[in-house]
Amino acid sequence: MDRNALTIPALAVAVIGTLYMSEQLTAPDQPDSKVHVKYWEKWTAFEFDAMKHVVDSFNKSQDKIQVDILSVSGIEDKTLMAISGGIPPDVVGLYGENVTQYADNHAVMVLDDMCRDAGIKRESYISPFWDAGVIRGHLYALPSTPATTALHYNKALFREAGLDPEKPPRTIDELNEMADKLTKRDEKGHVIRTGFMPGEPGWWNWSWGPFFGGKLWNGKDKITLDSPENVKAFEWVQSFSKKWGASALQSFKSGFGSFSSPQNAFMMKQNAMEIQGVWMYNFIHMYAPKLEWGAAPFPTATAGVPDPTVVDMDVLCLPSGSKHPKEAFEFIKYVQSQKGMEMLCLGQKKITPLRDVSPGFIENHPNPYIKLFIKMAYSKGAVSTPKLGIWSQYKDEMSSAFDAITLMQKTPKEALTDTTNRLQPMLDQYLQRLHLRGEL
Amino acid sequence: MKKIGRREAWAGYIFASPWLIGFFVFMAYPLVASIYFSFCDYSVLKPPVWVGLDNYKALVNDDLFWTALKNTLLYAILALPAGMATAIILAMLLNAKIKGMAVYRTFFFIPSLVPQVSLAILWMWVLNGEHGVLNPILNPILNKIHLTGPNWMGDPNWSKPALVIMSVWGVGNAVLIYLAGLQDVPTQLIEAAELDGANSWQKTRNVTIPMISPVILFNLIMGIIGTLQVFTVPYIMFPNGAPARSTYFYAVYLYDNAFRYHKMGYASAMGWIMFVMILVLTLGSLRLTEKHVHYQGS
Repeated sequence: MDRNALTIPALAVAVIGTLYMSEQLTAPDQPDSKVHVKYWEKWTAFEFDAMKHVVDSFNKSQDKIQVDILSVSGIEDKTLMAISGGIPPDVVGLYGENVTQYADNHAVMVLDDMCRDAGIKRESYISPFWDAGVIRGHLYALPSTPATTALHYNKALFREAGLDPEKPPRTIDELNEMADKLTKRDEKGHVIRTGFMPGEPGWWNWSWGPFFGGKLWNGKDKITLDSPENVKAFEWVQSFSKKWGASALQSFKSGFGSFSSPQNAFMMKQNAMEIQGVWMYNFIHMYAPKLEWGAAPFPTATAGVPDPTVVDMDVLCLPSGSKHPKEAFEFIKYVQSQKGMEMLCLGQKKITPLRDVSPGFIENHPNPYIKLFIKMAYSKGAVSTPKLGIWSQYKDEMSSAFDAITLMQKTPKEALTDTTNRLQPMLDQYLQRLHLRGEL
Repeated sequence: MKKIGRREAWAGYIFASPWLIGFFVFMAYPLVASIYFSFCDYSVLKPPVWVGLDNYKALVNDDLFWTALKNTLLYAILALPAGMATAIILAMLLNAKIKGMAVYRTFFFIPSLVPQVSLAILWMWVLNGEHGVLNPILNPILNKIHLTGPNWMGDPNWSKPALVIMSVWGVGNAVLIYLAGLQDVPTQLIEAAELDGANSWQKTRNVTIPMISPVILFNLIMGIIGTLQVFTVPYIMFPNGAPARSTYFYAVYLYDNAFRYHKMGYASAMGWIMFVMILVLTLGSLRLTEKHVHYQGS
């Protein structure tokens, strides 16, 4: 018999055998009768561990559903690709700012009915945390961990500069004065410490306008980035570059280490005051436990909003095409209970989005300023990311305008007008598309 | 065809099938589909809607498209000659017959094995304006003319040169190709030139360079393709093209449109414009160098 005649069948057997073996190797150890809910979450390290703890607690609380949590980087992009590919997770932990884009694309499910049936109500939440999930009258997301921001300042540096460490600035004018006293140069004139730098950490560069009373858009169809309030805010931002030199500040800033490291500028005492969120405590505790620091409401600008704060949050959503939405929602419901939520938020050392707070939550919370951060969530000056489907572009454009302003390439008026002119046609086109699809 | 011939042909197809299937599913189909998508409004989640030339028209009026294109071309103009010159010079040096050459060759090749992401992170520290290791090396020289090392990553005027310096670090692959080319230069030609009284420069200029001209052309074309598609390193080192979009490159804008802004149609149009651009530049360089490239035996 021709030996070659055996080659192809033998090859086919080898390929099929390999595929079979690999399936066997990757199959779950013991198939059970539980419904497995795939849960993608963005967190890593201790933040992930905190959610894992809640997941384990949910899995133990009943015997029908098993939530399998997976840490996924770049979650906002990967989930969308998974949804369009027809293989989404059953529940996903997104950033609050993603909700509008997802909702407009019907990439996440409406939760109105499920919430009603489960007795989850708006009244139980501090309003901005519920409202962030509502797009065009429907609820698409529920909070996982929320956060508010406040001014963090270095008490030792305050003392060194002759300032009272118990009296942080209350107005922008006071902040400017104190920043001047805290900023230091070496004999060659290089900046070696900043009192305050609007671009540090640079995560909410868009928020300076709203802090000064400006609006990023009119909530309907018009970008209002070039309004006088916004221009005023960015004139203040640019005043730091004018005072200390754009390139001097840029060069000094380039030496800052990454946020989550002992080389963090605030912890290295390179920057005396900065806006940070409730999570900052965790990192100070980890990398600079001896740092003498304080937190206070961010100073108010003349004609600006009182006690300004950025309300930021992570959310849980059900992706469209989820195979087990009912079971996935059972898990979300567990997280929304006071027990689940406090377990998660205490684990991540953040605030809770719920109005009811158990006494143990505050007592056991290691952040000495936890009450302040909870209070900030109720502030009239709370600002959150606008519900804009083009927010990714808006943020990128803002970041580029911010660079142009701090590097003194453009005046604030020019930069903001240019950005408005660029964003308005994008918004027009986006709204037109929604209109054509009958969404508006 | 005889029976045995037919059977062999089938066996051939079956052996090639993993590649063929991969090619049709992951290359040919997306390639053809992207032509169609470039004429559509396509957010990935919704079915594509035909919009004709709208994407192409919008691109012409998009300032950021032009900024990204300008940045990319400028980078290519700087990085391509710098990389090629460095690679040729290194290859010539590494072609010398001295002891321990294998070790030197390995040293110069190793950087090209470093993954792009690690490369970016490593160079962020080399180029850091305050604590980087490059400026302390440059400063003693620059201080003599009352200058100091620039803030490579923070200054919009220096961010592109910084990337060019980095790109030169990874010329190992090109060096290897040049080296192979150099070793192919017939020794009798060099000897003949020597007999004619040619000095080293004349030998290089009139014998070596013409003999490795096909290799230079190959590296030029690969360089054009590579530099115009620069993505990973700037994407990691300079988020959002910072500072002030001075490092916002074409491929980064294409990626943002496709995967962050979900304008897949717009991104596809960008992809095709890039394809045409690379095609024109490649054909142009083939045409321009026609008379200067000498193939052995032709």
